[in-house]
Amino acid sequence: MTAPQITLQSVTGVDVEFRIAGAGSRSYAFIIDLHIRFILALAWFVVGTMIYAGRFALDAFSEPTGSTYVWWVGLPAVVTYFLYHPILEIAMRGSTPGKRMAGVRIVTRTGDIPGAGALLLRNIFRLIDSQPMVYLVGLITVLLTAQHVRIGDLAAGTLLIVDRDDSERSFARLTPANTRLSPQAADLIHELLERWNDLDNETRADIARSLILRVDKSASAEQLAQLSAHDLQTQLMKLLNPEATA
Amino acid sequence: MSAETGLQAWLSARVESWRTLPPKLSALERSRNHTAAEALHAIELYRALGRDLSIARRILPSSRITRALEHSYAKLHALIYRKPHDWRARMRTLFRDEIPAVVSELRVAIFWVSLLFVFSAGAGWWLVATYPELISLLASEDMINNVERGKLWTEDMLNVAPSSVISVEILSNNITVSLLAFCVGVFFGLGTFYIVATNGLMLGALFAFTHQHGMAGELLKFVTAHGVVELSVICLAAAAGVMLGESLIRPTHPTRRESFQHAASKTSKLLLLCALLLIGCGFIEGYLSPDPYFPMWSRFVVGFGYGIVMVGALTGHLFGRSRPRRQADVSL
Repeated sequence: MTAPQITLQSVTGVDVEFRIAGAGSRSYAFIIDLHIRFILALAWFVVGTMIYAGRFALDAFSEPTGSTYVWWVGLPAVVTYFLYHPILEIAMRGSTPGKRMAGVRIVTRTGDIPGAGALLLRNIFRLIDSQPMVYLVGLITVLLTAQHVRIGDLAAGTLLIVDRDDSERSFARLTPANTRLSPQAADLIHELLERWNDLDNETRADIARSLILRVDKSASAEQLAQLSAHDLQTQLMKLLNPEATA
Repeated sequence: MSAETGLQAWLSARVESWRTLPPKLSALERSRNHTAAEALHAIELYRALGRDLSIARRILPSSRITRALEHSYAKLHALIYRKPHDWRARMRTLFRDEIPAVVSELRVAIFWVSLLFVFSAGAGWWLVATYPELISLLASEDMINNVERGKLWTEDMLNVAPSSVISVEILSNNITVSLLAFCVGVFFGLGTFYIVATNGLMLGALFAFTHQHGMAGELLKFVTAHGVVELSVICLAAAAGVMLGESLIRPTHPTRRESFQHAASKTSKLLLLCALLLIGCGFIEGYLSPDPYFPMWSRFVVGFGYGIVMVGALTGHLFGRSRPRRQADVSL
């Protein structure tokens, strides 16, 4: 089954497709954000209380009361915790630190950045989505809807898309040092080298041998069979940039 | 020149320009006031990126380079097509034109929701007046004990916590109730009806209970300053919730989802005004209502005055909206 997608249509006629994030990415982003806002609110509460009491000790928590304490310590902590999502989503144009780490982003149904009104509305409906506990209503609607949206997204006309920004790295590795290497082959070699440590020894050696055989006409299968994984890695780097590894 | 060499030459020619893309896009994203030259440069970049992307898709399909170009292209598209940043003008239009238009559209719903609230309050009064023991279902034990001892539960409010704390607690609670009254409209309006009916029932029951103990006047004194706007705002939010329910029962768009989205984004504008009005109510309820030194006439003036402010805000007159000119004036 293919993942649901939306298309960003542009006037130039070049459209871009976004993959819609599922329940897993959503939950992952939410859990990261939950921890961030909890830690921020707690940190403000602890530090604020100690500053208010005038000493950095545990007994500082037994004293503070009064309206000044509520305004300067209690209220900011509560606001940080409860208004984290609407404030950051507006400020970061549809993202939060948790969403960024999970590689997801909020967009409109046309793929554009949502406005402040839509983002606020999306957050108001957390009152329903979070019921009866641990976002059960939201999670069920995400699992049941074709575009994996919760009620807040239905109301605001928003979607959560997969948005992993590795463009800077992708552009940086376009090293045209070896002019004989085709861009497709260079792309594959880069990808293999990036995943080198994640693959087991046998798999990476097999892939490396087949790639080298395809790219380097002077190499033979027998010769490559005798090389260790480390030697194959060096050979791949040499293919990408002969001068640097020389 | 072979196809491979041509491809390599094209990549070599473009690669430097692509490498400078991420910092360029970040700079464009950070800045809000671009010069005409910067805007033209962004549009030119957008066109060039579109060309590069369509070539890359042909020669390097599913590669990371193509994905990176797609990402940059989408980012630049969002930057170019983002709405102008003018909060002041946006707020002016919202409060002066858009919210009054929503209120006007919700007139019928506001009327019926208010009527439901009044009937529920009447029913609450009648129920407790006829079956006094039912108050235990609608009020807490502390409230009942206090009233039976001849003391209203609101009397000790200022001794328990400072006014500022009470205000913040009250306003956040009221805002939550109003937002909930709106949101539960998603259950075909039934959730909203339930919230309005239970709130009305409780108010009527409490008045009947305090009346039985000769304290209804005290309760009225407490409620007068903030109650007019507070209860009206709950009815307004509920009317918006009813519209959500109606959008699902009788869709105005090809699908129920579209109809719901349209109704939600339209009526939610009213919630912003509701929240602002409830902040005012919270402060009145925290500072003025529980203070016995404020006489009834001053509470009446505050309640009535704040009610006028609310009507002014709902009609847009508070924000400079002028009355629409009559047909005869226009033809002159």
